[in-house]
Amino acid sequence: MSFITKPKVQWSGQRRNPLGLTIRDYEGGMSTLCAGCGHDSVTAALVQAFWELAIKPEQVIKMSGIGCSSKTPAYFLNGAHGFNSVHGRMPSVATGALAAHRDLIAVGISGDGDSLSIGMGQFAHAVRRNINLLYIIENNGVYGLTKGQFSASADPGSKSKAGIENQQQAIDPVAAAISLGGSFAARSFSGDKEQLVPLIKAGLAHPGCAVLDVISPCVTFNDHEGSTKSYAWTRENHESVTTADLVEPADAIETSYREGSEVPVRLHDDSVIRFRKLEADYDPGDRAHALEYLERHRAEGKVVTGLLYLDSDQPEFHQLSGTALEPLRDFDYERLNPGAEALEELQNRMR
Amino acid sequence: MPGADSTPRHINDFVIKIGTVNGTGSASANTLLMKALFRMGIPVTGKNLFPSNIQGLPTWYEIRASREGFNARTGRVDVMVAMNAQTYQQDLAEVSSRGYLLYDSSWPRDRQLAREDVHLIGIPLADMVNRHFTPARVRILMKNIAYVGALCALMDIDTDVVRELIEETFAAKKKLIEPNMQAIALGHDYAKEHFDCPLPVRAEAMNGTDNHILIDGNQAAALGCLYAGATVGAWYPITPSTSLMDAFESLCKRYRTDPDTGEKRYCVVQAEDELAAAGMVVGASWAGARAFTPTSGPGISLMSEFIGFAYYTEIPAVFFDVQRVGPSTGMPTRTQQCDLLSAAFCSHGDTRHPVLLPADPRECFELSVTAFDLADRLQTPVFVLSDLDIGMNDWMIPKLSWDDDYRPDRGKVLSAAELEKLDAFHRFDDVDGDGIPYRTLPGSHRKGAYFVRGSGHNRLGGYTENADEYQEVVDRLLRKWETACGAVPTAVRTDSGHHTEIGIIAYGSSHGAVVEALDRLAASGIHANYLRLRAFPFGDEVQAFLDEHATVFVVEQNRDGQMHSLLKLETRTDADKLVSILHYSGLPIPSDAVSERIRKHIRKEAVA
Repeated sequence: MSFITKPKVQWSGQRRNPLGLTIRDYEGGMSTLCAGCGHDSVTAALVQAFWELAIKPEQVIKMSGIGCSSKTPAYFLNGAHGFNSVHGRMPSVATGALAAHRDLIAVGISGDGDSLSIGMGQFAHAVRRNINLLYIIENNGVYGLTKGQFSASADPGSKSKAGIENQQQAIDPVAAAISLGGSFAARSFSGDKEQLVPLIKAGLAHPGCAVLDVISPCVTFNDHEGSTKSYAWTRENHESVTTADLVEPADAIETSYREGSEVPVRLHDDSVIRFRKLEADYDPGDRAHALEYLERHRAEGKVVTGLLYLDSDQPEFHQLSGTALEPLRDFDYERLNPGAEALEELQNRMR
Repeated sequence: MPGADSTPRHINDFVIKIGTVNGTGSASANTLLMKALFRMGIPVTGKNLFPSNIQGLPTWYEIRASREGFNARTGRVDVMVAMNAQTYQQDLAEVSSRGYLLYDSSWPRDRQLAREDVHLIGIPLADMVNRHFTPARVRILMKNIAYVGALCALMDIDTDVVRELIEETFAAKKKLIEPNMQAIALGHDYAKEHFDCPLPVRAEAMNGTDNHILIDGNQAAALGCLYAGATVGAWYPITPSTSLMDAFESLCKRYRTDPDTGEKRYCVVQAEDELAAAGMVVGASWAGARAFTPTSGPGISLMSEFIGFAYYTEIPAVFFDVQRVGPSTGMPTRTQQCDLLSAAFCSHGDTRHPVLLPADPRECFELSVTAFDLADRLQTPVFVLSDLDIGMNDWMIPKLSWDDDYRPDRGKVLSAAELEKLDAFHRFDDVDGDGIPYRTLPGSHRKGAYFVRGSGHNRLGGYTENADEYQEVVDRLLRKWETACGAVPTAVRTDSGHHTEIGIIAYGSSHGAVVEALDRLAASGIHANYLRLRAFPFGDEVQAFLDEHATVFVVEQNRDGQMHSLLKLETRTDADKLVSILHYSGLPIPSDAVSERIRKHIRKEAVA
């Protein structure tokens, strides 16, 4: 983890967002991951997305579990509270934090080991509860910190660095999220920043659990010939079904687009990202179709990326719970105390 | 084996035990009976001895009436109501000599099922209710009410009080009042006609319950959470803690729901497992809410990773462990005090946690509030160690009261305004020298941002693998522990008023049995001083008590003498003076088990 302070150089003429902050204000400590690690690209995309969205860093909570991916919250948004929890349990801590303070902007960074093995249960239930969390899985098919074991997302037939072939089936977090009743499921590639940044923004804007699976190659243990999570393989075989080519500002006049050709995602300031469909027959609003499409392409060895499923009407956790709009932790005691009289009255029935 | 000899001529001093079949609705009849005695002003306690089953297995309910106010079990059964043919023989065997056994005489009984020293009272309950009521389900329920009626006649229980209770119970379903009263009358009139009523063992109105209530510990703990200002509860259902969250939620529905908008000023999450429940509590507490989880031993095992995490990262959190019989699944509907050590040192690595030890529902209420204040103040997980006996049984306690001037002690939390004035904030800096650093809440101020990590960290909050930096933090945690020693509730000492070398230490639900044992021992000239522990870590008063006595009996409900071990570990006492008195059958500890074993030990020592 980061123990080297990153120098912060300011110069006049730096671009500033509407809060007056430069992109450097959204950075964190120096990464201690391997040079070329896909995760560092995801970190850079997060920095850019938060800066462009002009989100106050102190409104954000950065949550993670254990693993290489889970170290990365130390590498962005120094001004935000970070929480490096225990292995596979990031979702529960995020759920608790959001229960206490529903207005926090939560981003959870996890990995394939953290979310699809030890944390599969918590992943499933965060999706099912639809907590308001951008849930990023930095997916490299391998356990890095323990030196190269297959993870649950390794494809059957994929080879480890030692040349061993994986025999077991792979868990696809996107297909899992869709079938678990998730409201937002997307996939991207750490090497495709143009696609990744808008998906991060869309995930942050989505009121609910936004699962974003990012294929993020491990340069040390899983970037060799025979791996299906390497840079080369992913570049070759990823196929995007959507592209975010339009960001409309909040005050733009709603122009009419051809019905069904775009997927709009509304951001916090009411501006809209429009994801244009590259595949004419792809329908991200149809669960069965999305699953069938993913399965068909998986069989062909293709990695489908883009905004793959969206149901923006699904009620978020607090809507389902009927929680007060004001964050619970901000209620002062006077508004929580039923009072001595109520206790007295209640006890009349205990005789 | 017959129980101890009964002295059935006692008025307002008896034990009624009712044996029924689980799922036949006897709970409401038994509550009715107990409440009737309570309203007659007689101190009572009810203990539900039930199986881990929904329907069909044998279940018992024990009501103890004690004009002196003793609330522990005794070895006695003065009146047995044997409604379950399956357990008839066992139930008969348990009746104290010269006691009474009431049974359903609708069918002939085997002659074998009799004892010369027990009075049998046959009442054709099934016949009577079958003639009066349909359908079958109603008959089953009314049979229970009818034995209450019979007991009213036999034991001189005020039927006006019973009627009043029935009217209150069915205030919303008035048409059920008359059938219930008819069933009472059926049992009552039959007993009156066929037996010499009242029996020598009977009730008589007194005024021993003024300003008292009947409540179970889980309900009281839920009230404590409500009044402490807890807003987030996360849990996974587990016997015997489930009713705590049920109670909290229903209290919140009533008192924390905006009457106009319906908005909830609370959030209860039923988690996917105890690991997640613990994570949610830690997350919510970190984000600034008062959060808690109720669970039992198996849940604590699952939560232990997060508990160690919260200890090391200094996040307040409140864990209720309503203990049940272990190890493993154990006996989920039976009671023990078997999680003391696993709570005190829960999780891997060097960890230790404050543990509060309520002795009854009143303390479940009060110590719940204390637990939240301590957790916030010490920034650490705090346990409230209750048990099934306290949590799920009805206890008579003095009315609870609340001081509206109470304000939660949120400990050292820097506000946005305070942060604004600071040059720099360091999460683990011991500014005040009490081992407790300052914390900040997410969403308040950029200057307060820090990174929580369960991995090695230094005083400033940064990651470290440096030996000195690591040690500096864990040594400070020990300083914080010393602060905790002076902050937890002190032990309660009761002196005998005589010079004595004998001390007794107990805690939690063993208290009632010790109080009665002390009384019995004193009557035979054995005097002992008593220290009731209310928390771990131990304060100076515990060391002083150990120093002052030559022999100290440690009474507790587990096999291994966990408090005995903890005292040896955490005080400077001569281990030879500690004598364990253990009870771990799963049924609440009876007072005679305590007094007899102390007597026996003293006799043995005298001979030696």
